[in-house]
Amino acid sequence: MKIQPKNGVGVSKDTKPKKTGTLFYLKRDWQLYALVAIPLLFIIVFKFLPLLGLSIAFLDYNPILGFSDSKFIGFDVFKEIFTSREFGHALRNTLVLNILDLICGFPMPIILAIFLNEIKCTWYKKLTQTLLYLPHFLSWVIIAGIAYQLFSPSTGIVNVMMGTKIPFLTEKWHWGAMYILLAVWQSMGWGTIIYLAAITGINGDLYEAASIDGAGRWGKIWHVTLPGIKPTIVVMLIMALGRLMGSNFERVKVLSNTSVTDFSEVIATYVYRVGLESNRFNISTAVGLFQSVVGLILVLGSDRISKALGESGLV
Amino acid sequence: MAKDALDVQMKIKKSPGDIIADVLIYILIGALSFICILPFFHVISTSISTNTAVAANKVWFLPILSGNGAGVNIDAYKSVIADSSIRWSFIYTVIITVLFTLLGLFLTICAAYALSRDRMKGRKTINTLFIITMYFGAGLIPEYLLLDSLDLLDTTAALVCPLAISAYNMIILRTAMAAIPKSLEEAASLDGCDDFRILVQVMLPLVIPTLATLALFYAVGRWNSYSDAMYYIQNDKLKPLQYKLYQLVAAAADSAALEADAGSTTQNAEVVKSATIMCATIPIIIVYPFIQKYFVSGVMIGAVKE
Repeated sequence: MKIQPKNGVGVSKDTKPKKTGTLFYLKRDWQLYALVAIPLLFIIVFKFLPLLGLSIAFLDYNPILGFSDSKFIGFDVFKEIFTSREFGHALRNTLVLNILDLICGFPMPIILAIFLNEIKCTWYKKLTQTLLYLPHFLSWVIIAGIAYQLFSPSTGIVNVMMGTKIPFLTEKWHWGAMYILLAVWQSMGWGTIIYLAAITGINGDLYEAASIDGAGRWGKIWHVTLPGIKPTIVVMLIMALGRLMGSNFERVKVLSNTSVTDFSEVIATYVYRVGLESNRFNISTAVGLFQSVVGLILVLGSDRISKALGESGLV
Repeated sequence: MAKDALDVQMKIKKSPGDIIADVLIYILIGALSFICILPFFHVISTSISTNTAVAANKVWFLPILSGNGAGVNIDAYKSVIADSSIRWSFIYTVIITVLFTLLGLFLTICAAYALSRDRMKGRKTINTLFIITMYFGAGLIPEYLLLDSLDLLDTTAALVCPLAISAYNMIILRTAMAAIPKSLEEAASLDGCDDFRILVQVMLPLVIPTLATLALFYAVGRWNSYSDAMYYIQNDKLKPLQYKLYQLVAAAADSAALEADAGSTTQNAEVVKSATIMCATIPIIIVYPFIQKYFVSGVMIGAVKE
């Protein structure tokens, strides 16, 4: 005899309930709906409600008049932005820095994960992993604080040791390179975690078969490991492409200084400067909207392309 | 096992080329890990050295033991602790980090449990709502205006509520919960447990590694960020430690820029700055090793499948 529990927990897929209306489920699983309601409320209030504020981008917004009484001006704000030199500058810097980030930062964790996987000595692997993950947990403020100490032209230990006075962080070309390198330093170790997991998921028989076929270390990496983690690489690449328009505000903001604004002004800092420092709400909102929309198009576009190429996509 | 036998066989057969490759890989990985902690040796030694030794650029990776200004002293830490503004910031940041982590975990657990149950109608739609937040945001000004209209600007809530639920963390926990065998849940249900009790008494104990990892993510995220404070907080008492440190670093960065332009040298309080940096870093370094062992089991399970 089968005991039917009060709630729907024991309901398996083949037992068809008699009533299938929404109310039936609401009543049967009310606890689940109650649980999900609280976090749902949070994302609705803090993530979806602000979407209404995007209308500012199309208004001659006046904080005193508010949304309803400010004049609708259509795409005038966008016209102003796209003809502004400052925005063009920020857009260029964003794209250049992010593409460099992708080129330098993306392959590092993959290479590192493959090498870490070659290490058979357990304690050595654990120790190095612990150390490699650590920078990921440091804030950009701390990283910048340390970087300014280490790389100062006059008192920085790097220049002292080399006997040089290279302005690593106060000259724009050097700054650009440091900006990229510091991020590689921060994220290369942590990035391996997902690839290491993917490598663990590769069927061991494949390695055996490869050995029997006479594949050496590099042969196995090339023919088994890399193809095995390809789906993960594709997903990570799609996500990275989606971030091409955005910058980590905290990273740029704290690393930049008055000598390097030529290169360090990106869309994220532009939105902050124009919006909260100059109070030009509609321009800042419009730039933010542009950034979000392009970001979304990049994610969906790369997802499509990867699926068209026969790879698994994001969802 | 056949695989072990094969490994042994291969170990015997290792060619000189293989051994060289092994050595190179060990050295490379070792060197990279060393680079990850090397900067800290410098900051720690600077923070416990004398001003004289630091000003003479003699402190590299260890405090100097002989010569002018040799020795270890913790005056800088004393002065950081004596600074009531920094001291309060530290306590305040600990408080908001704890609040934020608890709220974040609570919301994540609620959403992840409900959305990991197959029998819940409409879970796909709700799930999509969460995922949208990962890829599309309203941006700075709309969010600022929202907090303004909710009267949350310049309050502790502005630092705790808006970021309290991360869809990414929710997915990790949801996947971990979905991987728990259905039979456990069914058994508990037949014993008369409702969903609330199944969640608390059956589910949560089984996903502790994931919860530990997520707690670290939430806590570190809150502890480390300063941008939301920069956007929403004016009151000095409500500024988290990282924001105070940001102001310190930004001032130092701009004076470094001036120095580069003018060619003159300004000696700023390196020792005290190092001590402040260490104060902001130490809590992370203390917590990190305890949670680190969960990363592989905890994060992996969730992250891979999504």
